[in-house]
Amino acid sequence: QDTTFLSQEIPPVFLCFRDRKEWADLEPVPQDDGPNPVVKIAYSEKFSDVYDYFRALLKNDERSERAFALTSEAIELNAANYTVWHYRRVLLQALSKDLREEMRYITAIIEEQPKNYQVWHHRRMVVEWLNDPSEELEFIADILSQDAKNYHAWQHRQWVIQEYKLWDDELDFVENLLEEDVRNNSAWNQRHFVISHTSGFSDAMEREIQYCLYQIKKAPNNESAWNYLKGILQPLGLSAQPGLLERVLELKQTHCSPYLLAFLFDCYEDALENSKENVAEEEQQKTLKKALEICQLLAQEDTIRKEYWLFLGRSLKNKHGSSDPSDEPLADDPEPSVPVSEQQEMS
Amino acid sequence: KDSISTKGSELRLYNCFSDFCFDIFCYFQKGLRHLSDAYECLDASRPWLCFWILHSLELLEEPIPAAVASDVCHFLARCQSPAGGFAGGPGQHAHLAPTYAAVNALCIIGTEQAYNIIDREKLLDFLMSVKQPDGSFVMHVGGEVDVRSAYCAASVASLTNILTPKLFEDTTNWILSCQNWEGGLSGVPGLEAHGGYTFCGTAALVILGKEHMLDLKALLRWVVSRQMRFEGGFQGRCNKLVDGCYSFWQAGLLPLLHRALFKQGESELSRQRWMFEQQALQEYILLCCQNPTGGLVDKPGKSRDFYHTCYCLSGLSIAQHFGNMDLHHEMILGKEDNRLVRLQQSWAGGSAEQGWIHSEIEPTTTNKQ
Repeated sequence: QDTTFLSQEIPPVFLCFRDRKEWADLEPVPQDDGPNPVVKIAYSEKFSDVYDYFRALLKNDERSERAFALTSEAIELNAANYTVWHYRRVLLQALSKDLREEMRYITAIIEEQPKNYQVWHHRRMVVEWLNDPSEELEFIADILSQDAKNYHAWQHRQWVIQEYKLWDDELDFVENLLEEDVRNNSAWNQRHFVISHTSGFSDAMEREIQYCLYQIKKAPNNESAWNYLKGILQPLGLSAQPGLLERVLELKQTHCSPYLLAFLFDCYEDALENSKENVAEEEQQKTLKKALEICQLLAQEDTIRKEYWLFLGRSLKNKHGSSDPSDEPLADDPEPSVPVSEQQEMS
Repeated sequence: KDSISTKGSELRLYNCFSDFCFDIFCYFQKGLRHLSDAYECLDASRPWLCFWILHSLELLEEPIPAAVASDVCHFLARCQSPAGGFAGGPGQHAHLAPTYAAVNALCIIGTEQAYNIIDREKLLDFLMSVKQPDGSFVMHVGGEVDVRSAYCAASVASLTNILTPKLFEDTTNWILSCQNWEGGLSGVPGLEAHGGYTFCGTAALVILGKEHMLDLKALLRWVVSRQMRFEGGFQGRCNKLVDGCYSFWQAGLLPLLHRALFKQGESELSRQRWMFEQQALQEYILLCCQNPTGGLVDKPGKSRDFYHTCYCLSGLSIAQHFGNMDLHHEMILGKEDNRLVRLQQSWAGGSAEQGWIHSEIEPTTTNKQ
């Protein structure tokens, strides 16, 4: 007895809304693109059908279970239709729908389409209505395990943490991510986010510098670590940190990179900008010379940014240079510096 | 003027030498009328499709037939919400992104008919309706906040001359709070610096006349660091991959910063070049981002779309042309034919002086040299 034919599963065929008797009372509203349409999309039959009925519901402001069910179909066809999402939220409230179930729904949708604005915003609204963030950190961690840099995921994470004060385990979370990928700039950003909003950087500074230098030794060409180091020191001034310049100069021997050189430049520039009263002019000019040498080196080594490094050199020299007529412009610089007298005329 | 030759670097506009025919103009002309069901995902972004295509044609100096222009006007009129602003399609709710796209598309068309489509009073109502107490804007009523909204609002407000101090009260400070430890700007305060959001925030401040309040030096360092030393194109965020669209969002910051620094009294700015490697960017776009059937892409292996076509071409124009009102220096990679129309710096979204949609002010020509 061969019953396999009869027991075979038949995939459900989509029945158009226009053919469903429960919808017979509603007149579908076709899209009105006008007589000579532009950017006209060749919608599938299913798409047109669903949206013709969506427009009808919207027109009547119908608040019913069938309307709610239709929004799911409309979302599946185009999850970026923010008008549908808005309508769904109106219905969620008007029909007092089960928000826990909605959380399950939005979880599934985000897993399928994690780079869409509307789905994340919808989740945020539901979490707010429930006033329950208890699933969020785990859910976001799961999304980040698939794409560790998903901007929407990080945005949602920061909102949840800040809104519900869920700071406690976040630094650990960040460190784990950096362990997996020390080049994950989103994780470095999250590190900055957590520390600024918890301990602040004053007490944590030495630990953070240590952390950066440790990561730099492991991966010397990781721009994120260098940017972070500069980012945390800049508010106080790079030259304010005792012994740092020396530590970096040491690193230069074995772990050099364009980022290290740029950091040195920034240290020298900061020293020039924020020099104390008792720093001799001669000392300043020595620092300037070192800074300009770095610019020169970077213009040769980091050639994609040559224009920028040359500009920085000219600008620094213009600002801090002594008005010595024998001063040479930087080699390979096609831009003549503007003499001081001409500058005054130009401004 | 500089002219550099690199093998294979022509901007391929059309080729009918074999059975395999490609034509970028075909791509636009078809797209402006008909799109396949693959575009269902952009059914709530149709004014964007108008803008991306029209702006691309404008850059290629391809005239838009009067009938097409008129049809676009009529369509965008149907996207306008009775409550003000423009929606992603007829019957949808107004949203700042399609509002930006629609207003800018109408400005490209630039006819009296186009300007008259915009209900300026209602537009102001819409902008006020999405304004938040902290200075930010939501993208649509009941929607999300991020710095794109401030740029969309500032752009349309200045183009239609409805900019009021009240409209952007506290917006400057909110945008400034998006500049982070990296030097770039994030979508909302606290997040990672990102090219798209950095352009939006910076350009919004330029329109509001407040760009000097940013840490311009830190921003400059961040953006120049986003150019990839091997690929020549730009990445959107530190330690991420190159993408052709950032040819505009990132490289487009350099002209803005150049002008901002100049206004601040910086005397050492170049008079010939932007502070990014213009040739390398042109090479990336022309050698890596062209689709053999016409149109441009994110990176090799990706499929073409109108968004990437628009922003790759915009970036190409910036890389080709240096200058302002008084000064212009060109650096065209490949043949003369590769030259695109120069993007006006005011493209960031005109300033109040540029707002010409006013009953007493004659429309001025836009991107003609």
